[in-house]
Amino acid sequence: MARPIRVVIAKPGLDGHDRGAKVIARALRDAGMEVIYTGLRQTPEQIVEVALQEDADVIGLSILSGAHNHICPRLVSLLREKGLGDVLVVVGGIIPDADVPQLEALGISGVFQPGTPMQAISRFIESRVQRGASAAT
Amino acid sequence: MTSSAVSDREARPLYTAADAAEATRENLGAPGEFPYTRGIHASGYGGKLWTMRQFSGFGTPAETNRRYHELLRAGGTGLSVAFDLPTLMGRDPDHPLSLGEVGKCGVSVASLADMETLLEGLPLDTITTSMTINSPAAMIFAMYLVVAEQRGAAWAKLSGTIQNDILKEYIAQKEYIYPPRPSMRLVTDVFGFCADNVPRWNTISVSGYHIREAGATALQELAFTLRDGIEYVQYGVDAGLPVDRFVPRISFFFNAHNDFFEEIAKYRAARALWAAVIRERFGARDERSWKLRFHSQTAGVSLTAQQPYNNVVRTALQALAAVLGGTNSLHTNSLDEALALPTSEAALLALRTQQVIAHESGVTDVVDPFGGSYYVERLTADLQDGAREYFAAIDRFGGMVEAIEQGYPQREIADSAYRSQQAVEAGEQTIVGVNRYTDDAAADIPILQIDEQVERDQVARVAGLRKRRDAAAAQRTLDALRRAAEGSANLMPFILDAVRAYATVGEMCDALRDVWGEYEETPGV
Repeated sequence: MARPIRVVIAKPGLDGHDRGAKVIARALRDAGMEVIYTGLRQTPEQIVEVALQEDADVIGLSILSGAHNHICPRLVSLLREKGLGDVLVVVGGIIPDADVPQLEALGISGVFQPGTPMQAISRFIESRVQRGASAAT
Repeated sequence: MTSSAVSDREARPLYTAADAAEATRENLGAPGEFPYTRGIHASGYGGKLWTMRQFSGFGTPAETNRRYHELLRAGGTGLSVAFDLPTLMGRDPDHPLSLGEVGKCGVSVASLADMETLLEGLPLDTITTSMTINSPAAMIFAMYLVVAEQRGAAWAKLSGTIQNDILKEYIAQKEYIYPPRPSMRLVTDVFGFCADNVPRWNTISVSGYHIREAGATALQELAFTLRDGIEYVQYGVDAGLPVDRFVPRISFFFNAHNDFFEEIAKYRAARALWAAVIRERFGARDERSWKLRFHSQTAGVSLTAQQPYNNVVRTALQALAAVLGGTNSLHTNSLDEALALPTSEAALLALRTQQVIAHESGVTDVVDPFGGSYYVERLTADLQDGAREYFAAIDRFGGMVEAIEQGYPQREIADSAYRSQQAVEAGEQTIVGVNRYTDDAAADIPILQIDEQVERDQVARVAGLRKRRDAAAAQRTLDALRRAAEGSANLMPFILDAVRAYATVGEMCDALRDVWGEYEETPGV
């Protein structure tokens, strides 16, 4: 019996708008995942540390301030340094279309813009994490 | 029965004279008369239209200054400054936590030098300026005062608003620095200082806007905002200020959301509740204390990234509700704001929307045109009843500060936000272009890009300032501020001295961090 998918939901940067982060945290919990919400103003270093401690399968970042192009590269490189390159990273928030390819090239698996249904996000995570697990065995 | 997922309110398909009779059993009063349900002015907009105040700020102070001149040339009648996140959080552009955030969500203002540039060429004695700043409100306000002083504009003539509403930061927006109690002292210090020195300034804008954006229903927005107002008045009184000396300068800020009639009723209910509570609970005698004046802004959270031109229509309807509810000042959002900060063209269209309502629709000709409507009067009364229940619940905690410390309003809002999202996904609540009438066309509209050079420029500017200024003098004022914070004197004179010595926002906020520490909320979902 597989353990539930473990997700760290994090709010990096100085922004305090946490509605999206809290709504998606509840939705993923209702979808059967184990969710750890870091709270506000986490540095990439702190987020990676939580992911390590919690043995996370997924990190979900909520960024609305326009700082994604600074935060995401730092987070991805820290994950690789710590040997957590297989953790699925998804980002939600105010992310312009033009920035999506760059984030995907970086290794961000999913970028969810405003209006994305919660179910679409939980299904995406389920499909990617299971596929990753079966590929590893 | 239909249900409105925005408000969790059950609306019936028909309201009758019986509803209105029951709802207006207490005297509504005429416009301009207690309890001001029908408006604070006897002549409505006949004497003066609302102030068209477009919230704006991005990049460097010089860029934002250009946008202000544009908005005033286009017929805007007031300014409203949006600061970037480092400024809102009391961090200088060169602080490690500011990385990637400088000039992004607003303008970067690190010191008096930046404020001088921001206000270049603007007539401070004739325009009114609103500044959305909370934790470092006293510092930013002091910068505005010093620029006025440099230009010979008398403080007694200055008019404008600082948001200065820290309670809603803990509740919703989360841009707090210090724990609630010392933060409340900063707020009441501004109340006291302005009563003596800047008597026409709105010392606070008690804000429901952010509470609503975080997911609250209309009722929760109304109740938590007014209860915050009560908390500020109580703290002012406890600090020794006579009620009628500072309450007339308290202003409010509400959201203008989708449910048209409910929003109109919300503004009417707010005025009636405030008038009653200020007179009965605090014994205010001056009618200026009873009158609730408010700014409103259309609902940012209602804007969609999909089919962005639909946002123009949403915004127009929301703005119309605010006007019919008697708003004293209004910001209309731009169509592109679910994607980025607005372009100049989008911001102009948003202003034009207000001008069409004001000058073409005829709705300003009659005072409180929904007065006596079976439905609107009933809603107005029901919202007041609901708000009083929330007041009682918060009083049971011992006050709003205590309720916040227990996480009560935060939980209520998070619950509403989740229910609202579930309603959208279940199709119970329609969002055109998102869960109905969708198409696959990409939203191909121009987007404002903030040049990454802005951050490098602002970092260099603050470094240059630190070299140029009299470092010892700046340090002396910061030390004096730190010592004053340990005592109980009004901090405004100390902050003004630090501003005049070109101490930065980050340095001033750090001086107080040394004494008060920083607030951290317990993360909860």
